[in-house]
Amino acid sequence: MNPAGLVISTGETVLFWVIAPLMVLAALGLLFVKRAVHAAMCLVFVMVSMAVLYIAQEAPFLGVVQVVVYTGAVMMLFLFVLMLVGVDASDSLTETIRGQRWIGLLIGLGLAVVLGSVVARAAFPPAVGLNGGDPGGVANPQALARVLFGDYVVAMEAVGVLLVTAAVGALVLTHRRRLTPKQNQRSVADARIKALPDGVVLTPLPSPGVYARSNAMDTPALGPDGEQVPQSVSRVLRIRGQERPAPHVPADELVHTPESERDA
Amino acid sequence: MNPLILAEAAPGVAADFSQETIWASIVKAVLIVVFLLTSVLFAIWFERKVVARMQVRPGPNWHGPFGLLQSLADAMKLLLKEDLTVTRADRFVYLLAPMISVFCSLLVFAVIPFGPSLPFPWTDWTTPAQLTDFPVAVLYVLAAASLGVYGIVLGGWASGSTYPLLGSVRSTAQVISYELAMGLSLVSVFIMAGSMSTSQIVSSQTQIWWFIPLAPAFVIYVISMIGETNRLPFDLPEAEGELVSGYMTEYSSMKFAWFFLAEYINMLNVSAVCVTLFLGGWRAPVPDGFLGGALNEGWLPVIWFLVKLWAVMFVFVWVRGTLLRLRYDQFMVFGWKVLIPVALAWVVVLAVVQWLQRVQEVSYQQFIPVIIGTAVVFIAVMWFWPEKKEAPPGAGKEKEPVDAFAGGFPVPPLPGEKLPPSKRFGKEVHGE
Repeated sequence: MNPAGLVISTGETVLFWVIAPLMVLAALGLLFVKRAVHAAMCLVFVMVSMAVLYIAQEAPFLGVVQVVVYTGAVMMLFLFVLMLVGVDASDSLTETIRGQRWIGLLIGLGLAVVLGSVVARAAFPPAVGLNGGDPGGVANPQALARVLFGDYVVAMEAVGVLLVTAAVGALVLTHRRRLTPKQNQRSVADARIKALPDGVVLTPLPSPGVYARSNAMDTPALGPDGEQVPQSVSRVLRIRGQERPAPHVPADELVHTPESERDA
Repeated sequence: MNPLILAEAAPGVAADFSQETIWASIVKAVLIVVFLLTSVLFAIWFERKVVARMQVRPGPNWHGPFGLLQSLADAMKLLLKEDLTVTRADRFVYLLAPMISVFCSLLVFAVIPFGPSLPFPWTDWTTPAQLTDFPVAVLYVLAAASLGVYGIVLGGWASGSTYPLLGSVRSTAQVISYELAMGLSLVSVFIMAGSMSTSQIVSSQTQIWWFIPLAPAFVIYVISMIGETNRLPFDLPEAEGELVSGYMTEYSSMKFAWFFLAEYINMLNVSAVCVTLFLGGWRAPVPDGFLGGALNEGWLPVIWFLVKLWAVMFVFVWVRGTLLRLRYDQFMVFGWKVLIPVALAWVVVLAVVQWLQRVQEVSYQQFIPVIIGTAVVFIAVMWFWPEKKEAPPGAGKEKEPVDAFAGGFPVPPLPGEKLPPSKRFGKEVHGE
């Protein structure tokens, strides 16, 4: 027990020793797995575990926001891009900048040295908890709100303005001038009506024929006059010549054909 | 200090968990899972039956009384189906995705209060009727929902097939954008209740349930909760006519059942959050102090909670039985250009009003002329606002031919612009 009276419970210790090794494994996985989506999943695991540790350390707001913002929004956008662009193991691993691996390795080592020395030299004061050991203290979100919107309100506003500027800038830069009038349901309908004299059909095309022994989409339907309707077979099939020609539709299935014509 | 006691009473939380032991928590957790699983079985029957009655047919009525065992039979059928794994699937993620979905959907009910302190049967023990609560419980619900999306995204991606990928991309975009509107509508409850803990929010609704003073936020929440759970009319990710069945196309048997289960548990989740935040939680639908508050004690609140929960579930089914599916672009435009701006504006208005009331101590009587004045000005502006004239781009342009080499480089004409006639136009071609 430390002087401030804050006890780290057995549960928290167990939680830490279960989660921390898993986090390290996932972080290593991030470096070594082949597929980009798997790496993203490793990162998500690290983030969620970190949120769990935050919550265990009396910072539920930070933990939950970590999940909502980083895991729920930022990583999701990453994943989106990965999935849509289709980054995969088959991507080329050739160096595009000469010696980039060595530079990367050097910078990585430097970062590791800096972080290691900082962690090694850090002296931890006795833990007091976020309420300073005062059980009746303000709840976590309120305290955070007071700091953010009281002490650092100018910085908050500056960051807010910066982000909005960036977002609006991105919109402006990707904005394209509209060259043609915008299509809507009404204008599309009007255009189709206008195109009627050119042989455009307003209604959906007739579906293929359904017969007792064949209801495949290559069999043409019969019109009310008993004639076959060519449009009822998909255009692609017709162009490819895969439409089942008329004689192949068994004559005895043409129930609409008058008796006299069937024999002919 | 007793190691079995989990937490001190947290500040800003109404429910008292100071006497909670780990065994009570385990029992509650098991009870919640049992409740959710049986509720899902009931919900499937409920939905099919209600939709059937709306379409003037009997619905499932063969297995068990009133067809109640129909969903059990369906579950058995799913269990016994062949479990397919597509060849192109990424096996690990393919298996992981439905698990993520179910796991995250099970998390939410941990912070939903079923009632106030409940007496344990045959003991003099009482315990809050919820697994846990903390100062940011409602944000935790949002976090669980945003993690649940990973199940959908990864499921669609890992199937290694086109329709599931399209479905999962749609679904993600949908859930993310509707979660924004949902979060903004929840903010107004936080402002009024002064807390994000579920038990505190319920106890702040003794005078009036928040859906009356916060009606706009309530409407936005109800719309976005249907969008969030991918239900009709917003079931674009699994639109049968367009995407076979979206991200679950390549799933069968138990893996499909996990997704199915997650979808229904999510419906229960958002309904429970709706009840807790807007509809008074477990409070009886009578004025506070009616019968000396006897209706809000003991096990009765659980009944009120369940009645409200199923009323919201009925709305889900009702909407499904009534409305048609939206087109995807209309749906996104609705979310981003209507729901989110309205929710933002509402939060700002509410914050200003609250600031005036609490900090500046302006009374309700002083508000009335301001509200009437604003309404009059708004109506007047809307009345005299000049109607926007539709001018097609290029219509108002002059008919003069443009200079195609204006900046020294050849530039193609825009639609509606005319190039000067070519110098070679109409000339004879010589030398042939």
